[in-house]
Formats: sequence, C-alpha cells, structure tokens
Amino acid sequence: MSNLQLLAGFDMSKLFGDSIRAGINVQSAAFALGAVGLNLHYGFTGLLNVGMVAFMAAGSYGMAIIFTQGLLGGSILLGILGGLVFATIIALLVGIPALRLRSDYLAITTIAIGEVMRISFRSRRLLDITGGPFGLPSIEDRSADISLADRIGRDWNPLFNVDDPTRTFGFWKLAFDGKTLWLMIIGWTIVVLCSLLVWKLIQSPWGRVIKAIREDEDAARALGKNVFSYKLQSLVIGGCIGALAGIVRTLDSGFVESNQFKPQTTFFIWTVLILGGAASKWGPVLGAFLFWFILVFFEELLRQIISSSSDMVFLGLEANDVGRMRLIIMGIMLAALMVWRPQGILGKKEEALLDAR
Amino acid sequence: MPADLNAAQQAVRTADPTPGSAKQDPILIIDEVSRSFGGLQAVDVKRLEVQRGVITAFIGPNGAGKTTFFNLLTRFDDPDTGKWQFNGEELSGKLSHSIAQAGMVRTFQLTKSLGKMSVMDNMMLGAQDQKGESLFSALVKGSWKSQERAVEAKATELLGRFNLSHMRDEYAATLSGGQRKLLEMARALMSEPDLILLDEPMAGVNPALVQSLLVHVEALRDEGVSVLFIEHDMDVIMGISDWIVVLAEGRVIAEGTPEQVSQNNVVIDAYLGTSFAEDEGTP
Repeated sequence: MSNLQLLAGFDMSKLFGDSIRAGINVQSAAFALGAVGLNLHYGFTGLLNVGMVAFMAAGSYGMAIIFTQGLLGGSILLGILGGLVFATIIALLVGIPALRLRSDYLAITTIAIGEVMRISFRSRRLLDITGGPFGLPSIEDRSADISLADRIGRDWNPLFNVDDPTRTFGFWKLAFDGKTLWLMIIGWTIVVLCSLLVWKLIQSPWGRVIKAIREDEDAARALGKNVFSYKLQSLVIGGCIGALAGIVRTLDSGFVESNQFKPQTTFFIWTVLILGGAASKWGPVLGAFLFWFILVFFEELLRQIISSSSDMVFLGLEANDVGRMRLIIMGIMLAALMVWRPQGILGKKEEALLDAR
Repeated sequence: MPADLNAAQQAVRTADPTPGSAKQDPILIIDEVSRSFGGLQAVDVKRLEVQRGVITAFIGPNGAGKTTFFNLLTRFDDPDTGKWQFNGEELSGKLSHSIAQAGMVRTFQLTKSLGKMSVMDNMMLGAQDQKGESLFSALVKGSWKSQERAVEAKATELLGRFNLSHMRDEYAATLSGGQRKLLEMARALMSEPDLILLDEPMAGVNPALVQSLLVHVEALRDEGVSVLFIEHDMDVIMGISDWIVVLAEGRVIAEGTPEQVSQNNVVIDAYLGTSFAEDEGTP
C-alpha cells in the first residue's frame, strides 16, 4: 500500500480536531495546574517532589468530603477552601521533617505520602467518609439534595440555558456543551492566575531567595536566609496549586475515586513540566497542551492506520495495543527532547548549558 | 611598630602572645568549643578571643581543623561542646542563618556562586532585612520597590570596587574561578557584616589576582570590618595579618603578631618548618 493510499483513508479533521480538543479540555487544564505547582517546587526551588498526586488527592477528597458531609453548608467555594487547607496540612506534615534533610529525602517522602493517602482513602474503614474502594461516585450533599456536578454545571453556570440544555458552543470539532465549556473557562482561568502568581513571586526578592536555594542552599544560609522556612513556603504554595489541579478535575468529573490518584499521574505531570520547560513562565501550559495533543494524536493516527489496513494489523500492532503504544511514543519523544533540547520547549537554553559544566 | 596603624591594630599588637590571651576589644569570644569525628578530635579550642577591627589569620597544617572550626562557629556543623559570644551576644545554639543575620558572615573554600542567577542577583541576595523577601510583601511591589533600588545601587557600587561591573548581567556560572572568589566576597559585604570569615580566599586564584584580593581584604579592615581568614600561603599571611592564630590537631598552639609567630619554636616545629621545606621541594 503506498503512502498516498494510506493518507486517502484518513479522517484528517477527526485526527487534528480530537487532538486539539484533548489539548484544551479540562483534564489538560488540571495537568497544567499540577505542572505550575511542580514548577514552583522543582523549577524554581529545586525541591524534588515526586508526589504531586498527593496534593491533588488532598484537594479533591478535601472538597468532596466537605461537600458530601454537608459540612460548611455544602458550599463549593468552602469545599475548595477545605481542599486547600487539607493540602496545606499534607505539605506541612511532609515538609517539616523532610525539608530539614537532603533533597532526596523529600522525593522518597512525597512518593510515599501519595500512596499512603491513596491506599488509606480506599480503606473500608473510611467507607462513610471517602467511600472506601468505591470512592464517591456522585459528590452530593444528600441532606440538602444537591450534587456538585449540578451546582457547578447548572446552577452556577452562566452558559447553561434551561430552555436548551443541550446547546453547544464553538465550531467544527471544537464545539463544547455549556457545562464543559464553563469548566474549561474556570480551569484555564485558574491556570493563568496561578501562573501569574508564581511568576510575580519569582520576580520578587522572595523569588530571588527561592532561586538561590535551588542553586546552593548553603550559600543562601550563609547570607542569613532561613532556608527551611522558604522551602516550606514553596512546598505549601506549590502544593495548594497542585490541590487546585485535583479540584478542577473533580469539578469536571463530579466524582472521586482513589484510582484517579495513582503514582503515574505524578509522572505525567513531570512529563508536562519537562516538555514545556522547567523554570519558565508558560512552560506548564504549553506542556499540558502538547502532552494531551501528542497522546491523542498518535492514538487516533494508529487507530486510523490499523482500521484502514486490510488485516487490521499495522507493524504487528492491533487496535487494543494503541493505548499502550501512545505512551511509548510519548516516552521516546521525551527522551529525544532531553537529548536535543534539555531545557524543554520554553526553557532557557543558556541555563541548561550551565548545568552541563 | 609602623606609625600608620589604627588604634585596633596597635591594641592587638600589644596583646599577650600566648594561646587564649585576652584582647582589648574582642568581637568574638570562644570558650571550650570542641568537635570530634569518631575517634578524631578535630577541634578542641579552650579559649580564643578575636580582636575587633583587625585582620586575624588562622593558619595550621592540613587537617588542623581550621575549616571545621569555621563551620562550627557559623553552625554549618554542630559542636559537641562550647559557647561563643559575638558582639556580646551568645551565638551558640543559634542556626546558621541567624548567625549571619547577627553580622557574622562567611565565605566558602569552594566558592558557592549561584550559577544560574545573574551576578547582580547574586549580589542583591546578600542584602539583609529585605521587605520583599517575606511572602506576603513580595506580592505588593510598592512595599519593596524603593528598598530594591537602594540595594541595587549598593550592589552596583560594590561590583565596581571588585572590578565585576562588566559582568553584572551575566550568569555567575560564566565567571572565572578568581572572579567567583571576588563575587563571593562582595556578596558577603552586601550584608554589611561586622565580622567576615573568609575560608582560603586566595586558594586557586592566579597570582596576579591574589594581590588585588589582598587589597580588598585590607580595605575591609580599613572600613572597620573585622576579618578572620584561613590561609595556607605563609607569605600572604605575614604581609597582611595583624594577628595570627596557629592551629594544630584542633588546638590553638600559638597566637601572636606575624613577627612573634614566625619566631615561635612551637609553630616552626608544627607547621612552618615542614611547610617551608615542602614548599622548597615543589617547583
């Protein structure tokens, strides 16, 4: 089969439309938020946080529990606040012992706390609070008879039209229903606000201390900076941004379940940050878009190639191999990027070269 | 005795040249500071007073415990026992950043330039009591903008003095070894210390730059900063120091003016004799 024949069977608009859609949807905004928090931790402070998912879980479960238990009157905003408080507590619990030690200890502790939280939330002993292994399939306050999904998607949604609830906005493959678009707006607005907050902090004398800690803790200490306190501040702020990532994802899905918080989520967020460029202003945003674009693009491409071939096999791949293959391709692309552009797409080349000295 | 010495220099020259002797106006008083690594007694200083306003040098053979002693005083290492007073304030028990804030600032033998930050940012980091360094004021630029300008002006002036003006916007990692030593010293001065501890400031610096570093160290003293420094090169020490403390095997074995120390038999045995003999052997 010639290349031209291959191309002829393609649905180009589906290929690109679905990929772009994945790059800008709420899930992508959640990953961007996680990467913004990780950027403050790793890109600017040099903290090796390998448990971003723990902060996401704290945000999601914190909000969901407060909402379902009818605490604080089942308000979403107070629920979000509760998620942030939970994330702050986790950051302090991890940071106070681990940040006094060498940086590798934080890595071990963070990866552990993520798993500790996930497995604890799954526990049957917490059935009444976290839903145990079943999670909270619908986050709702039964006493007041309201669900999180309805509240955010309908009651508080200016794009929701009672007369025409299925109305869509947009064009081509990029038409979204009112609820999705509304959550995309919320998600990406939080992404932009958090990126600007981090950038403003980094441009201040506070940020100068933070970067000095990344470069050499002892030098900062010798100049009278309380390194431990700054690292803890960075961990809490980045952790709260990570919690917002979990919150945005939960607002979109309307449920929480412990398997949403497996360790690979942390590594996907690292991939997002490294793709976009650590220590850059908009690297996490571009990284999140590209991450989802690439995943869906190759998934769709392989699917179309396989389904258009006569024996439904392409290079030995069958349709159900595609899900794994797209991650392999992502891994290869990341490795190639590290060789040719180690600073990521938006990172500063000079800084990466200084590392190599 | 040369006539152009300041009062502090003259005062220290009349001090008793025995280990642990009292100084007229001590900036730092050390009592019973000790540290051992397993069976090795790295530092065991019974008493030491450091005169204010002069250049005091720590010398001693390799392994004498000079750097360890520095690390203990600045709490980059924890002493087993001991107390020390700085400007009349008890410093033992404080953490390293509090010690620096109290006005006792150190540099490192292996320079710690902050490579991926500009030379200017390196300098500005040194300034103390910056409002914008606290999290909440950091977000309100108006609260620290004017202080930032003052800090920048001071950094510009110091960079000029240390011949680094042309590098101000470069990454610190692009500086040469000697320039990094200069930067580290200049950065420490940004904190306006009362006492600066220099750990081998001339090590690994080319001979041409050593002279200019020495001039800077003397200039510090003339501005009223007390200097305590570790150095290996005997010729450098003899020319520049007002007072010399000799360490061997963790103990202070002698103190005195350069003339007194160079004639002290204990010192010659422990350090000078072997050191000079080695120096002659190397091309």
